[in-house]
Amino acid sequence: MSVSVQKADFDVGAEIAALSAGDDGAGAVASFVGLVRGAGIDAMTLEHYQGMTEKSLAEIVAEACHRWNLRRVRVIHRVGRLLPGERIVFVGVSSSHRRDAFAACEFVMDYLKTRAPFWKKEEGAAGAKWVDARESDDAAASRWEPGGG
Amino acid sequence: MIKLLYFAGLREALGVPAEALALPAGVDTVGTLRAHLAARGGSWQVFATSRSLRAAVNQAMAGMEAPVGSGDEVAFFPPVTGG
Repeated sequence: MSVSVQKADFDVGAEIAALSAGDDGAGAVASFVGLVRGAGIDAMTLEHYQGMTEKSLAEIVAEACHRWNLRRVRVIHRVGRLLPGERIVFVGVSSSHRRDAFAACEFVMDYLKTRAPFWKKEEGAAGAKWVDARESDDAAASRWEPGGG
Repeated sequence: MIKLLYFAGLREALGVPAEALALPAGVDTVGTLRAHLAARGGSWQVFATSRSLRAAVNQAMAGMEAPVGSGDEVAFFPPVTGG
C-alpha cells in the first residue's frame, strides 16, 4: 500500500508492473489514470493541504483494503501546474480476482474526488478560475455508503 | 494558540494562507471559531455566509460542532476538487 503526492510525472507501465511483480497470487490488476482535459483551458494548477492529503489518501486506501480482498494498492496524485494531456492521478489495485480490483479502483477514485484535500484552478482565455465541486462526484461517492445511490 | 490554515479560493479571498490565533473566550468549536472570524468583517464575512465552506481539525474533516482547543491545527477550505 503506497501513496505519493508529487510534482513529477509517473511511469504508468512501471507502476502497473510493480503491482504484481513477484506476487504469483495476483490474478488481476485494475488501474485508472486521470488526465488534464484540454477543452477550453491552457493549464491547471493543483493545490493541496500537505499532511492531510497524504493522511486522507492512506485512509481511503485502508478503507478499500477493508472492503475488498486486495493484494496491493498504489495511489499517485500530482500537484502544481499541469498542461492539457498531462497525467494528474494514478490508482492501481491488484487482487486475486478481477471484481475486487475493478470495484476497489473505482471506490478509491470516487472517495479521492470528494475527500482528499486537493483543489484545481483552471487557466483559460478569460483568466484563472477555481473549479467548482460537482454534485455528481458526491453522488458517485455516496453509492459506496450503506443505503447510498 | 491555534494554527489556522486557509486554502484555494478562500486563501485568495482572504489574502492570508495561515495565521496563529490566541483562542478568545467562548471559542471552543469549529462553529464558534467561524463566527469569531466572520466578525472581522470584509472578506472574512464569508465564514458566516458560505454554506459550502469545509473545515478540518488536526487534518481530519470536522463539522461545526467539532471541538477546537489550544494547540490544534484548524483548516478552512472550499469543497475539494482533486482527481
